Amino acid sequence: MNIAIEILVRFLAMVALLLVNGVVLIYMLRKVLGHLHLRIGPNRVGPFGLLQTTNDVIKLLTKEDLRPAAADAWLFNIAPFLVFVPSFMAYIPLVFGPELAVTRLDTGILVIFAVLSLVPIGIMMAGWASNSKWSLIGGMRAAGQQIAYEIPLLLSVLGPVMMAGSMDPSAIVAAQSGTWFGFIPRWFVLPQIIGFVVYAISAQAETQQTPFDMSEAESELITGFANEYGGMRFGFLYLAEFSNMFIVAAVGTMLFFGGWQLPWIETPGWAAPFVFILKTYIGIFTMMWARGSLPRFRVDQMLAFCWKRLIPISLTWVVVWACIQRLAFEAAIR
Amino acid sequence: MPEQVALVPFLILAIATLGGGVMVVLSRNVVHAAFWLLEVMMAVAGLFMLLSAGFLALVQVMVYAGAVSVLVLFTVMLTLRRREDAIRSLDLSWSAAGIALAVLVAAAAAIASFTPTLPAAPVVTPGVEAFGRALFTSWALPFEISSVILLVALVGAVWWAGGGEK
Repeated sequence: MNIAIEILVRFLAMVALLLVNGVVLIYMLRKVLGHLHLRIGPNRVGPFGLLQTTNDVIKLLTKEDLRPAAADAWLFNIAPFLVFVPSFMAYIPLVFGPELAVTRLDTGILVIFAVLSLVPIGIMMAGWASNSKWSLIGGMRAAGQQIAYEIPLLLSVLGPVMMAGSMDPSAIVAAQSGTWFGFIPRWFVLPQIIGFVVYAISAQAETQQTPFDMSEAESELITGFANEYGGMRFGFLYLAEFSNMFIVAAVGTMLFFGGWQLPWIETPGWAAPFVFILKTYIGIFTMMWARGSLPRFRVDQMLAFCWKRLIPISLTWVVVWACIQRLAFEAAIR
Repeated sequence: MPEQVALVPFLILAIATLGGGVMVVLSRNVVHAAFWLLEVMMAVAGLFMLLSAGFLALVQVMVYAGAVSVLVLFTVMLTLRRREDAIRSLDLSWSAAGIALAVLVAAAAAIASFTPTLPAAPVVTPGVEAFGRALFTSWALPFEISSVILLVALVGAVWWAGGGEK
């Protein structure tokens, strides 16, 4: 195939996944949160309210593009894209099957976290440009939170990377095939349980899900940094949030739960993407579950928890695991 | 590693880097200047990528664009008492122009007299694994010393902020 066409097709597949995923996740969030709150959730538009999000997308697309008169015009217009583009780029290294990825990168895991580290800048930009106190407070909180939780997130990723000896997602997934002692799936979550817990908490904070959603805290800041946005600009901010949820769940699946592989049996090639998406959605469901069950932290509690608990735990775990692996490795070659 | 880098991407990135640098200095609004600085950092990451230094480009994005520029923005936004304070004052006096001209001449002279010695480009770009091995074996001491310097800076910042003393 012509290389330009191939790149275009991969690119479009990525866009399609992102958009469809956004629509599905918004419906899922409403339904899951609804049932957790003993409500029904959307049930009027289409069967089981399935068309609710589709209608919302049309509404967002056709809404007037408003900008507050006192807003910083340039920054206000750029900010949604600065939030959206990194989240879009993070799809590039995801591995959906043995041969199924946009491209294979030696440093795939690092690419994902490098581009995701740009998201808080867009949020700060949105908060500042809106020229509203609530937006600015939201933007500041988001930046402080994401800078802090990025550290335990990256440290918790080190465990699986050390075990696989590679930052290439496909190599990490391949290292998790087979079983330990013949019956335990070789998923890194078992030896790396501490790393996984740290990862799950920091991922929840990085995507600003409820126990850590200080940046948009409805009851305090209305919707925080997204306050002054409407129409499709708000749509982009919103979509990026759901896309980030998918990404952290997908990365968690690749690092800790064997990626596209089924336990115990050989995964057929056609089933791999379905297994991967299913595992990712289980991860997303768990995130929504936490979102529906836990009350919001206070800002100072959240930051203190990160700096005084999560970072020391994850640092210690990295050192401990490095020693364990080194000693095991030494024993193996002797 | 390519002997020469592609001209068109290089020109785009070079213009983005230098133009962004000029805008950092020229923009009246401090917050805009900080965002232009971010743009410069991203463009430099692109230049690293063009030289097949992928890891360096990623670290540039993660550390400089993702963390340092956020800290710069954070500091700028938190220390501004009013939004109007973000606009820098402009000094158009002759003395200011004279100082600027003197700095310009000195910088131009320094650049003109400086001829960098370029080491030969390696045939294959070393991957992350080789990089890590080199960093933790032959370059372990410099690496550790730089980390101690950062630690000293951190401790100093905490002491400066008066943490713990009531």
